[in-house]
Amino acid sequence: MTTATSAFDVARIREDFPVLQQMVNGKPLVYLDNAATSQKPQSVIDTLVHYYTSDNSNVHRGVHTLSQRATEDYDAARSTARQFLNAASDQEIIFVKGTTDGINLVAHSYGRQHLGPGDEIIISTMEHHSNIIPWQVLCQEKGAHLRVIPINDAGELLIDEYERLLTPRTKLVSITHVSNVLGTINPIEQIVEMAHSRGVPVLVDGAQAAPHMAVDVQKLGCDFYVFSGHKVCGPTGIGVLYGKSDLLEAMPPYQLGSEMIKSVTFERTIYNDLPYKFEPGTPHIAGAIGLGAAISYISDIGMDRIFAYESELLRYGTERLSAIGGLTLIGTAAKKGSVLSFVMDGVHPHDIGTILDAEGIAIRTGHHCAQPLMDRFGVPATARASLAFYNTKEEIDVLVKGIDRVIEVFS
Amino acid sequence: MPQLPDVPLHGLYGESIMDHFRSPRHRSALASSDIETEEFNPFCGDRVILQIKLDDAGRITQVSSRSEGCSIIQATASMMAEALLGKSLAQAAALDHAFRAMMRGESLEQESAPELGDLVAMQVVREYPVRIKCALLPWLALEVGMESHQLGQAERD
Ligand SMILES: Cc1ncc(COP(=O)(O)O)c(C=O)c1O
Repeated sequence: MTTATSAFDVARIREDFPVLQQMVNGKPLVYLDNAATSQKPQSVIDTLVHYYTSDNSNVHRGVHTLSQRATEDYDAARSTARQFLNAASDQEIIFVKGTTDGINLVAHSYGRQHLGPGDEIIISTMEHHSNIIPWQVLCQEKGAHLRVIPINDAGELLIDEYERLLTPRTKLVSITHVSNVLGTINPIEQIVEMAHSRGVPVLVDGAQAAPHMAVDVQKLGCDFYVFSGHKVCGPTGIGVLYGKSDLLEAMPPYQLGSEMIKSVTFERTIYNDLPYKFEPGTPHIAGAIGLGAAISYISDIGMDRIFAYESELLRYGTERLSAIGGLTLIGTAAKKGSVLSFVMDGVHPHDIGTILDAEGIAIRTGHHCAQPLMDRFGVPATARASLAFYNTKEEIDVLVKGIDRVIEVFS
Repeated sequence: MPQLPDVPLHGLYGESIMDHFRSPRHRSALASSDIETEEFNPFCGDRVILQIKLDDAGRITQVSSRSEGCSIIQATASMMAEALLGKSLAQAAALDHAFRAMMRGESLEQESAPELGDLVAMQVVREYPVRIKCALLPWLALEVGMESHQLGQAERD
């Protein structure tokens, strides 16, 4: 393990990522779509291959050797995830499919149980559709209302407005830690404190935070925290829902089947203990083990070092993109993660995306599953370059050259 | 090291497409029209509003094709408007058919295929599969518009 101050050897890190070693459209790949999904280091790929080559078996079911190995590795992955979030115990770590699945679990289980007519759930303008729709539909079902914290032009939450929205009718606050479009890092500790002082629990969508910064759920104080494996260099189809054990204990199961039961007769079923109560059926064993490997990989680099390095990349990228005439950055919060969303005068984001792709540069264009946020900024879509710890300043230079090419084509 | 073929961008952002993008034809709204439709692609915000005026013989005498979005949708919308002028609705349908066939990479029989004119330039979009839907949105508007016009006619008949 290395200290936060030692030099960040990005060239060395890049060697761990086979996908980065390729040419796209005749140019070296410049992968700047990390907010959509991250690339996988060789150690994660090897872990998956090893699992399927040597250990593949079902968990918690057999007494045979392979089942024991798979079970041990699966449980070890849960401990790794617990450490990553600094949760109090392994039973607070539920393996889910991803952020979307985790939010749906809480909406269906906790939400259904606690929401009644006239009640309110608070979200914000900068939420991903995954943190809007489950609450919207739940509210419709229960005759409850969704309240939305507005943001300023920089893309920062208006905390005074949030204060006003917190009422005795508020049953839950569900908020993103980092915006996938604006990069804004929200003041979660403060948000949680304000909610808790009124007895309101808080769910944090950590999809865009967990890959980039140290997350300590006990320090944040939040009641639920969700993230996706595929955005932290792990496999798709796996993610983590953290929940405080007293809340999880009191919640009804979300889906029903095997694994989540203690005993079954045709008359009644006794549910299993945490976390299994929320993990019915054969889980994504390989995914969880792969996620464990991914978390170990980024934790070995160090989340604080990753955050510091990416902040420097972001500073450099912001400086270079701001200098381009006709380009406007969307999302200029004082506290910001490594996302550069922008629009260009007279050029649709699709055209930006296609021209950059011809230069081997992968960015995302579109509404980024945040249509209400696009409406807030009055744009149908943006172009978004999202950075990871394996990106370099040289790649930002290539991006800037690519944008020059866009301007050339459209001048 | 896997290497994909170099994509010649000059085709996509070539003269004809950029000309229609920069100076789109038939963009002013019509005060009255026989066909009017709006199509929207929420994923990218592409939008087309199509208006068509017919004469007594059922020929297209005026077209307004207003689009918002990327170069491809704006150029297609403009080229389509130009190509529609003077055509009957049956000919417009044949043009739509020919355009879609071209975008699928199929060749139509020479005699029956209508002249695609400038629209031929849109072939290049086939090399960018994710952008094909941009090129098809104006045609979708045309299809939806013609269909509801026919339904309206059937009801009047
Ligand atoms: C902020 C945020 N929330 C939720 C999600 C949904 O994550 P997933 O698709 O992995 O469930 C994403 C991913 O795009 C995201 O950026």
